[in-house]
Amino acid sequence: MPEQPQPILSVRDLAVYFDVRDPGAWPWAPVRKLRAVDGVSFDLHAGETLGVVGESGCGKSTLARAILNLIPATSGSIRWLGREMHGASRQQWLDVRKDVQMIFQDPLASLDPRMTIAQIIAEPLKTHHPELSRSEVMARVQAIMEKVGLARQQINRYPHEFSGGQCQRIGIARALILEPKLIICDEPVSALDVSIQAQIINLLKSLQKDMGLALIFIAHDLAVVKHISNRILVMYLGHAMEMAQKKALYAAPRHPYTRALLSAIPIPDPDLERKKVIQILHGDLPSPISPPSGCVFRTRCPEAIDRCAQEVPDLRRLSAQTEAACLLA
Amino acid sequence: MLLNNRRDSLVRSLGDTLDTVVAGRSPWADARARFFRNKAAVVSLCLLAIIVLVCLVGPYMLPHAFDSADWDAMSLPPTLKNAHFFGTDESGRDLLVRSLIGGRVSLMVGMLATLSSVALGIAWGATAGFIGGRVDTFMMRVVDMMYAVPYLLIAILMVTILGRAFYLVVITITVFSWMDMARVVRGQTLSLRSKEFIEAARAMGVPTRRIIFQHIVPNLLGVVVVYTTVTVPGVILTESVLSFLGLGIQEPMTSWGVLIHDGTTVMEISPWMLLFPAAFLSITLYCFNYIGDGLRDALDPKDR
Amino acid sequence: MALIEVRDLGVQFQTGDGLVYAVNGINFALDRGQTLGIVGESGSGKSQSVLAMMGLLARNGHASGHALYAGEDLLTMKPAQLNRIRGNRVAMIFQDPMTSLNPYLTVERQMTEVLQFHKGMDRRAARARSVELLDAVKIPDAARRIGTYPHEFSGGMRQRVMIAMALLCEPEVLIADEPTTALDVTVQAQILSLLRDLQRDFGTAIVLITHDLGVVAGLCDQVVVLYGGRVMEQGSASDIFYHASHPYTVGLLGAVPRLNQDDASLVAIPGAPPNMARLPKGCPFSERCNLADAHCVDTMPVLGPSSHRAGVLRACHRSAQQVADNHLAELSSA
Repeated sequence: MPEQPQPILSVRDLAVYFDVRDPGAWPWAPVRKLRAVDGVSFDLHAGETLGVVGESGCGKSTLARAILNLIPATSGSIRWLGREMHGASRQQWLDVRKDVQMIFQDPLASLDPRMTIAQIIAEPLKTHHPELSRSEVMARVQAIMEKVGLARQQINRYPHEFSGGQCQRIGIARALILEPKLIICDEPVSALDVSIQAQIINLLKSLQKDMGLALIFIAHDLAVVKHISNRILVMYLGHAMEMAQKKALYAAPRHPYTRALLSAIPIPDPDLERKKVIQILHGDLPSPISPPSGCVFRTRCPEAIDRCAQEVPDLRRLSAQTEAACLLA
Repeated sequence: MLLNNRRDSLVRSLGDTLDTVVAGRSPWADARARFFRNKAAVVSLCLLAIIVLVCLVGPYMLPHAFDSADWDAMSLPPTLKNAHFFGTDESGRDLLVRSLIGGRVSLMVGMLATLSSVALGIAWGATAGFIGGRVDTFMMRVVDMMYAVPYLLIAILMVTILGRAFYLVVITITVFSWMDMARVVRGQTLSLRSKEFIEAARAMGVPTRRIIFQHIVPNLLGVVVVYTTVTVPGVILTESVLSFLGLGIQEPMTSWGVLIHDGTTVMEISPWMLLFPAAFLSITLYCFNYIGDGLRDALDPKDR
Repeated sequence: MALIEVRDLGVQFQTGDGLVYAVNGINFALDRGQTLGIVGESGSGKSQSVLAMMGLLARNGHASGHALYAGEDLLTMKPAQLNRIRGNRVAMIFQDPMTSLNPYLTVERQMTEVLQFHKGMDRRAARARSVELLDAVKIPDAARRIGTYPHEFSGGMRQRVMIAMALLCEPEVLIADEPTTALDVTVQAQILSLLRDLQRDFGTAIVLITHDLGVVAGLCDQVVVLYGGRVMEQGSASDIFYHASHPYTVGLLGAVPRLNQDDASLVAIPGAPPNMARLPKGCPFSERCNLADAHCVDTMPVLGPSSHRAGVLRACHRSAQQVADNHLAELSSA
């Protein structure tokens, strides 16, 4: 993977806190902070795919939205092509939105039910390039539809007339029409059947190669991201647990949480699956409003020691391919 | 990736040669088809259309004017003589013509008051719903306060102070009919705001104004249409109540409410004076209700 | 006599678009301590088949065929008789733990209700037994938490509560409809391990509905693969996973992303899930199948024993050998 000298996206210590009030509290009671994302850093280079994996409540979706300023980041730095975007004006963000697009989890819900797919796919063009003529817009819409595998004749149909997989293709077409540099995919295949998942993953891979896209692929399934990512970031309760090159992560995971996640994934192979030793995590996910002190994973970690409650482990570089946030790694 | 399958590439090339663009089946077309399958709604629509037509055109085809007293035919029951098909009142005025003219007024007040309360309700509700936060809380508390106000007393006050001109009656009724629409629109806006396609529009960089007009408003229209058909009967009824209390339209102009009021005073001697206007009013209200039901079923998102 | 025997089970729905045949021709038999996995994607009819067995179909649904429990047909039973069996001898757990528990009743009320109705226990005895079971499913501090409401439990915990409720009367058959789909993968591992343990301890027969082939591989002895309401292939787990002989099964196994597979490309099945109101006259999978021809589209293949392996049933006009050859050809060209 030829590395560009400058990363296109550089995120440092990104934090997103939400103000929550206990239900039923007086209006003047002090607000508490829900730490959805608590200090995540990474670099992304052109043409690279970063897989972001975690279970519910880990903050991966919030992270995606903070990068696009759909949810304002509380602190930290987001550098796009070298320019600091945290705290930038609406106009500056508008410029960035030409280059960074998003596809969503629920394929049908992400499309306006009252618009034809031609209008849906053309909307980014009309927003950022209002000077284009109608025929020019239509030509581009049809070209991108063909690229994602949609028949041109369907151009005046409405979203509810399509299947889940086709709706996701429409979403991808809409994201691609401005020829962005980065597409953030928020669990794009979770709501699709297995046989359709494979279609969409293959499509994304070929489009990436074809158009030199960078991808941030968010999923809760480590098996799914394996097929599309170069590097993988594992998150838990708003913190980064491990960041590694794909081969290193799957062959030699260094963080106990990653090991538990990997062992928990069911393998469609009866012999292997039944012989497998699963690392069971006990207990429940702690509340993000009052996370555990020190390492947030220590309450469920089978290897936790006393020091884990006192020190917050940083994401340490353990080798050329792996970084892990664990005192024992 | 689809091209892996031999059959699929065949289908695609066939599609290319045909090259006809398939027309989509818009949600509106679906709803329209569903509406016309509902017999009660269609019958009500036709009946309402007939009533409106008759009220508009009828008075020109009848020999009597609505305010001319026929001294020979006072308090006549329905009869073919003198073409007093619905009979006359104690001043000799033809009831049929007065019913139709009254219908014009009731329907006109109904439409105008509905349109203005719908417009006010949408503006109020969509703003509150989209902006959210403290503005939303404040605006909804205003709505709650309006609900708490005893409208009849205030209406009486307003009419007593400001008079009984036609436009004042419309304003009075509007002031007390917009809250339902505001609440409904606000609720719908709130639920739309968190939908993924709105998030997608924001992620694309679509400006807020365009999001409201291109995405939120078209998706509101379904609910608005249904609630409008529910508002109209309420408004007509309010006007009738005001007129019944003697606070509505001024003499000699009449409305169904006025006619019903007059009819109750002579109910025992001349029951037809009450029956005919009441029948008009009831049938119109029923029609609006059935149409509203039909629209609600047709636009029901569950069916989509 | 097998504990559960299903013969030619079918489900039809009366809809605005006409009669929809959601399920056709399901056959299987299950004994104590065995697990059957019913695998399929959306529209395959897997949920509807077990809902029919439990008498939980929607009002416009109608079940045909036979579903015998201990020799008696569940489909033709009177409601009173069915109620004595449901929850008692045959229990069911559902997919979404958020909505399958009544949010207005405490867990204790919901559990003791089952025992009071089926076993005639009094409140105290029922409570004690319920706590015992909550302990068995490893809910910490069960004696105290039994008095709390469902929303105070996490998703994984709620699913355990459901399992505990299902096991209260020590049923002989447990039907699990996508029990772990809504859960995180680490919680799923806990629940599946729990089900395995419980099966070992209580000897319950389990019918597991899922779309996740990994879950089936870990838990099931027999597997039924459904598509478009019909059985495509049926056999033991090792037959299905290691010697798949139906194009759909082969396609499904190739499309699942695997941890242990090297960077190979996923083999996608082209097309989209079937529209149940407009199925082809022949094989429902023919629209998406590489090996299909006009005969496949016109004529329904009969579910019959495979000539290749004993004990496997398949419904395909192509022979197992042809399917295997085609699969090899695809792999080498990919």
